[in-house]
Amino acid sequence: MNDPQRIPITRDADIVMARQAGRALAAQLGFKGSDLALIATAISEIARNIVVYAQRGEIDLSVAEEGDRRGIAVVGRDQGPGIPNVEQAMRDGFSTGGSLGLGLPGARRLMDDFEIESQVGIGTIVRMRKWIPR
Amino acid sequence: MSVPILRHGNVLVASIQVAQTDDELLQLSDRLTDMIGKTRARGVVIDVTALDVLDSFATRTLRGIAYGSRLRGARTVVVGIQPDVAFAMVQLGLDLGAVSTALDLDDAVAELDRPAKEAGSR
Repeated sequence: MNDPQRIPITRDADIVMARQAGRALAAQLGFKGSDLALIATAISEIARNIVVYAQRGEIDLSVAEEGDRRGIAVVGRDQGPGIPNVEQAMRDGFSTGGSLGLGLPGARRLMDDFEIESQVGIGTIVRMRKWIPR
Repeated sequence: MSVPILRHGNVLVASIQVAQTDDELLQLSDRLTDMIGKTRARGVVIDVTALDVLDSFATRTLRGIAYGSRLRGARTVVVGIQPDVAFAMVQLGLDLGAVSTALDLDDAVAELDRPAKEAGSR
């Protein structure tokens, strides 16, 4: 596997940087227009969650490979407060941060694979992948 | 980089040329609200043609600008949402609420010239 490209997320300008880096990697892998917008938007949402809820964390971008499929893997990681009720956080419109509450559930809709692990007091990891259409 | 706000008759035009951070979008919102008061503008056009992402924060801020402007007596039209961006917004579940949209500046100005009563609520 290739080494992931790591983007530290500590302020709102890093959200823009992460989504631009993700878009660039996706374009390099051969994703087309609407998929590029979906990937960049999903990265924007999970990066913002890091800034708003955990203040600091990171986004790792890498090439995903599984069988003969290729795609992009995005991992968002923070050591923030964690999410007490992940199921609730994955519901549309649920937010404790005064937002539209579409960040996590929205990102799940934009990507092909989406996993979230969170432990209160330890942090949150979001793993997402999108595959290049064949 | 802060977004330039141009005055064209009684319409303010803000053309966003580069990706904006959350703070920059909030500053744009404040500056527009301020300028509506100072210039007595009746309309605001926000051009997002150059943006390749409109995520939940950007959408919420555009909605906020439109509501804020309306309270100050001006209507807002967002122009130039790219097809790929529109597709991503739909997938994300975003909705511009009461914000009017137009394909380009000409259509936006025409929309603002229509009497408020017949103008679409979207």
